[in-house]
Amino acid sequence: MKFFGFIWKNAWRKKVRTTLTILSVLVAFLLYALLNSIGYAFKSGADIADAERLVVIDKVSLINPLPISYQNKIAATPGVESVTYASWFGGYYQDPSNQLPQFPVDPAGYFAMYPELKMPSEQLEAWTNNRIGMVVGEEVAAQYGWKIGDRVPLQATIWTKTDGGRTWEFEVEGIFTTDDPRGSTGYMLFHHDYFEEARAFGKGTVGWYVLRIAGGANPVEVANAVDEQFANSPNETETSTEQAFVESFSKQFGNIALIVTLILGAVFFTLLLVSGNTMAQSVRERISELAVLKTLGFTDKSVLGIVLSESILIMLMGGLLGVGIGWMLVQGLARSPLGAFLPGIYLSPQAIILAVLMMAAAGIVAGIFPALKAMRLSIVDALARG
Amino acid sequence: MDVLAELKGVSRVYRKGKERVEVLHELDLQIPQGDFLALMGPSGSGKTTLLNLLGGLDKPTGGTVTVGGAELSSMSNSQLSRWRSTNVGFIFQFYNLLPVLTARKNVELPLLLTNMGGAERTRRADIALSIVGLSDRAKHYPREMSGGQEQRVAIARAIVSDPTLLLCDEPTGDLDRETADEILKLLQILNRDHGKTIVMVTHDAQAAEYASRTLHVDKGKLESRVAA
Repeated sequence: MKFFGFIWKNAWRKKVRTTLTILSVLVAFLLYALLNSIGYAFKSGADIADAERLVVIDKVSLINPLPISYQNKIAATPGVESVTYASWFGGYYQDPSNQLPQFPVDPAGYFAMYPELKMPSEQLEAWTNNRIGMVVGEEVAAQYGWKIGDRVPLQATIWTKTDGGRTWEFEVEGIFTTDDPRGSTGYMLFHHDYFEEARAFGKGTVGWYVLRIAGGANPVEVANAVDEQFANSPNETETSTEQAFVESFSKQFGNIALIVTLILGAVFFTLLLVSGNTMAQSVRERISELAVLKTLGFTDKSVLGIVLSESILIMLMGGLLGVGIGWMLVQGLARSPLGAFLPGIYLSPQAIILAVLMMAAAGIVAGIFPALKAMRLSIVDALARG
Repeated sequence: MDVLAELKGVSRVYRKGKERVEVLHELDLQIPQGDFLALMGPSGSGKTTLLNLLGGLDKPTGGTVTVGGAELSSMSNSQLSRWRSTNVGFIFQFYNLLPVLTARKNVELPLLLTNMGGAERTRRADIALSIVGLSDRAKHYPREMSGGQEQRVAIARAIVSDPTLLLCDEPTGDLDRETADEILKLLQILNRDHGKTIVMVTHDAQAAEYASRTLHVDKGKLESRVAA
């Protein structure tokens, strides 16, 4: 620590240059924080997926619906304990920018399938008994200020009603939470029966099925057995684990992890060039000063350490600022209407720890060559050059 | 008087491409404890090389250099670094202060290599600054000081770890006559009152008069002795 003041002073020797370098580091780590959080949002669904749940979708595409008649056949498949279903509604509240995920479901079956969702039993009962009732996640309720008893009109973007209208009326009957800290409550659920009755087209279908396998059953055998039943039918199925389903859903947006990695790779490569150049210039400018340090008794290793520490310090200053600003933006984004599109957006502690390690590593990589140059400096030659 | 430093048969050869340049040739020299020795000679005669060898900044290609009982020629670079930090102080022509540090922090620099706490380092730096008469400039940066003041700070830095040997390379070469005389008087005080052994390289005959003896170096050899 006794060298910290000296290293700090050296880091700020050229204030404008150091500030610009810190800004470039800040931008890189801000991007890291944002992209990592977005990647996390896409990945979190897969991470929290239940291994004992399988999802049945149309073999050709997730957007093709499946007949409601499949429910009983799936339920009768050996190894299947229970079945429920859901569909994608795709509506908005008041303004097209206020979009949030909405799913028509079978109330009792859905909550039984997802025990991690928590809601008082009286609310579940009230919802079950109210055909136009809906339940909303606590994130949604907080975002729009909805409370039990509120009447909420949603505008459909896909599903017109039999009367030609696109306004669907709902009554808030419950607010659910989740006991999985990584799980999202940024969506709402309503009766499939109401959906089925009021929609103008697509009747007799659901978006996908979710089944729970019986204890001891082999998931692969169950999945194969389900799919074999519907082989060569107009609606062949593809049954996979919930995790695979979530991942394939995310991939509709592209390979998020790869995109994030490529962008960050390009940003960090540029960052290393910029900061490496800064450190190289900084060392070139003070060759004689470094020689003086060695003359005073600083060893080669301590000179190496001083230059490397300076490089790491600059990275940490910019990086911590970038991650800090990123964290605040992610927090704001999660609470904003945009957050509904990215439920689970979160800058995880692991990502922050990784960022700090990356700052240190980038500092070492950017500073190592100038530091080695400083370490190998010949005192006599450097003093002679003045 | 005890011998502090001794050079025996010291040669220093440099290579410039294929050319072999012998800067010092089998040179013998003894420097007693408490000596104030001026080394004079034309440019390229080997004065600074001799000073570098005495300070452990360079190693001879032949012969031995012994200072305070330590044979420098056989030491590794890190051993030499540690030895320098406690046994020798350097004063340069262009002061070589670190511009980002105040006078006090510049003086404190060698003490960062010790186990001293911050308060003790500051106390010692302030004592060194008071010896060179610059207590009131402790918080000033080099750019805020005159050349003479900068050189005084450099002297304070050289003595702060209380070394026995001070090596001065043209310490007044960048100063006007009056300021140069002040610096030389200060060196005399350090020699006479504080017991520092001083070896000073200079081109300036007037500066050499402040030393207790003068040696001339020419073409890598000690030429003659002149009593001060």
